[in-house]
Amino acid sequence: MVRLILQRLALLIPTLLGLSILLFLWVRALPGGPATALLGERATPEAVERINALYGFDRPLVEQYLTWMGQLLQGNFGASTRTAVPVLDEFLQRFPATIELTLLALLLAVGVGIPLGYVAARHQGRFLDHTTVAASLLGVTIPVFFLAFLLKYLFAVQLGWFPSTGRQSPSMLATHPTGFYVLDGLLTREWDAAWDALRHLVLPAVALGSIPLAIIARITRASVIEVQNADYVRTARAKGLRGPRLRRRVVLRNAMLPVATTIGLQVGLLLSGAVLTETVFSFNGIGSFLANAVFNLDYAVLQGFILFIAVVYALVNLAVDVSYGLIDPRMRVR
Amino acid sequence: MTTEPAAQGALQDPVLSSSAPRDPRDDAGASIWRVAARRLRRNPGAVIGASIVLVFILVALLAPVLAPYGAGALPGRAEIRPTFIPGPSADYLLGLDRYGGDLLSKLIWGARASLLIGVLSTMLGLMGGALLGLLAGAFGGWVDTATMRLVDLMLSVPSLLLAVSIAAVIGQSSTAVIVAIGVVQVPIFARLLRGTMLAQRGQDYVLAARSLGLSRRTVTMSHVLPNSLGPVIVQATLMLATAVIEAAALSFLGLGGGSPTTAEWGRMLTAAQNELEVAPRLALWPGACIAVTALGFTLFGEALREALDPKTRKG
Repeated sequence: MVRLILQRLALLIPTLLGLSILLFLWVRALPGGPATALLGERATPEAVERINALYGFDRPLVEQYLTWMGQLLQGNFGASTRTAVPVLDEFLQRFPATIELTLLALLLAVGVGIPLGYVAARHQGRFLDHTTVAASLLGVTIPVFFLAFLLKYLFAVQLGWFPSTGRQSPSMLATHPTGFYVLDGLLTREWDAAWDALRHLVLPAVALGSIPLAIIARITRASVIEVQNADYVRTARAKGLRGPRLRRRVVLRNAMLPVATTIGLQVGLLLSGAVLTETVFSFNGIGSFLANAVFNLDYAVLQGFILFIAVVYALVNLAVDVSYGLIDPRMRVR
Repeated sequence: MTTEPAAQGALQDPVLSSSAPRDPRDDAGASIWRVAARRLRRNPGAVIGASIVLVFILVALLAPVLAPYGAGALPGRAEIRPTFIPGPSADYLLGLDRYGGDLLSKLIWGARASLLIGVLSTMLGLMGGALLGLLAGAFGGWVDTATMRLVDLMLSVPSLLLAVSIAAVIGQSSTAVIVAIGVVQVPIFARLLRGTMLAQRGQDYVLAARSLGLSRRTVTMSHVLPNSLGPVIVQATLMLATAVIEAAALSFLGLGGGSPTTAEWGRMLTAAQNELEVAPRLALWPGACIAVTALGFTLFGEALREALDPKTRKG
């Protein structure tokens, strides 16, 4: 197991190296280059030159790349070309919000999706099954930002059950030792602050989690149906294993492998969806940070963001692979 | 002309209509597609999906005839008040938007913009991916390794985020959106085509063709490739749904360019964001259009997958 983890971590290095080269070349291959983008089309040649000299855009490409790489290795992701705030600082400050949001969404998707898919499979061909299949099809085709709109309109604007924007009410003068607002509230025993932060999380998390929920429910359903009819389940039944024991130890456990893969794949969807959901709910995570960088053509932020996301994504996928070993003993041998 | 990508290329007719003339030289291939066409007609999901897609394609094509007002027209400009946006009336069937544009007309013109972006980007992704996949699948060896490393690199970042940053760097225009979404699809098609081609290469008929003395190129191009296209076409159909949604997402983030009055579904949602309390219908209609279009492509794509899958084939 440890060897698997180390192997995969080692494989991450060439991936990140390749990705960094791609990112580097792609930003510099643009007509006009970053300086023009920064200053606008009508910038004077002198101004462009000054920016080029300031950020080193006029040096040879290899030198530029090596400088950038050296900085990256020291944990320096560069500074925003707009605000001069170091990219990493901003990430670390905003990332807890996105983690909080995606974790809650994932929890919802897994916690509801797996039981739903399982129950649907047990009622295969009946009303409950058809409803689940139809609902999950709808879940796959509805754009996350539209769903966010609908929820915001219905539960925030119309019913007023939940706040419509932000991470916490401005009136909550809470302290934030970790940046995870719900956790902060619990740690500092400011229960009302934790509750308020949680209420702000509900709608974005439901919007973000619904699509993975639909996908997980679909895969669970299909997988359970397949395993239910497998020979080894018949064998187990023939040997006298019945009821919840059979379902838990044989059916569910074997059906979980494709589900684990699917959950891993959802993380990419969640991170992408977070950008859109955070925009709709004015939620101050890395999503809205990226949206700002996009508007301002902040290359340093864009490059840093993509690399950062690639690392997160790779680590999550590694975690999924490790979880295979926990679910399926056969995987531990290799 | 706007057609769905599944209908581009040599296989279009047998997939969509069984009455089309078939190439007699390709009898074995044709029978697969004929069986698939028959199974599609019997599958309610396929019929519903195809109908939805067809309706939207027709709306997009006939937009100049169907839309009561022009693409950028603001016929109700004089009726807009800061606190009041007129709702549905005889003149404006679905009401006006913040700028005095007719919502129905914008939805109809929007179908054209959104479908075009979806179709063009998927075609781009399909062509790029097919080229890379063909390279890897046909040559093997270091070409394969190099191509697949590139594919892995592109897949190491969530696709929408990659598309967002590509579009951001290219510049804010609908071309940027098309290129960004197309590029993001390339690795998916490449990996799929390579995989199916590798699986086909081990088949007996390939060995038979080789032992008959056919050149490697002939075997690859006229035997392995045609037999590997099924999954790619299915994926392309499903990808159209994703492309329409992602295009709307990029426009929603402001990457599609244009102004708040641009008739494009994603852009319309951005504009509707500020009117959620006053006129929620401005968000509801374009959002529903995106979802229903995506539903149509998904239903048809999944039915196509089932129809082409030998495992589920019953005749």
